[in-house]
Amino acid sequence: MATIKIPTPLRAYTGGNAEVNVSGKTVSAILSDLTTQFPDLRPHLFNGDELRNFVNIFIGDEDVRFRSGLETEVEPGDKLRIIPSIAGGRK
Amino acid sequence: MELVISTELHDRLAHHLENTFPNEGGGFLVGHIKGDARQVTEIHLVENTFASEEQFHRYLAEVGEFQRIEDEADARGLSLLGYFHSHPDHPAIPSEFDRTHAWPYFAYLIVSVRGGKQAESRLWELATNRESFIEGQLSLSHS
Repeated sequence: MATIKIPTPLRAYTGGNAEVNVSGKTVSAILSDLTTQFPDLRPHLFNGDELRNFVNIFIGDEDVRFRSGLETEVEPGDKLRIIPSIAGGRK
Repeated sequence: MELVISTELHDRLAHHLENTFPNEGGGFLVGHIKGDARQVTEIHLVENTFASEEQFHRYLAEVGEFQRIEDEADARGLSLLGYFHSHPDHPAIPSEFDRTHAWPYFAYLIVSVRGGKQAESRLWELATNRESFIEGQLSLSHS
């Protein structure tokens, strides 16, 4: 079992919980478990089967993009976190 | 959604956005959530880290800043309510770029800055189906 921290704007989909227990041996499996528990999260994290490019998944202080992406292995007790990239622009 | 912010805090963020003109600037809004209302108690000015040649029409906050400000808010029983950014010489209306990068239940305060002076502030919220923005009520308080 690992935990994943939910960013504030998505806590409306996790009953207000900032942290959720999740199971899986890879980041992909963890996100699958998370979106099975809370299906309304999925469209905000994925575009089809692809993780949206402004969604960052960290294990500890490390962005999984700098490891093996969604195939990065997760150990029991790991602390994951979803961190949005906050961006905007006039056109 | 209603966003309540004091004129003092709004003036501070607008002054920051005037200073970043002609580039875009931005930052985060922290405070309390009460139902559909958001009460801003503090603002955090955050550097624009988009490629410098694109900053005239793009804003990006570093991921670490989101992490730090959210952690500090959580630890103090506050909430990261949303963020603000400027549209230099452009209306305070969300763009397609804004929509594709937006999050639900987050307050999007857009400030139009024309010729280096704040012109208009409007509040927006992403529809939960991600297809559009819904305009919210921006309330300036004098307390």
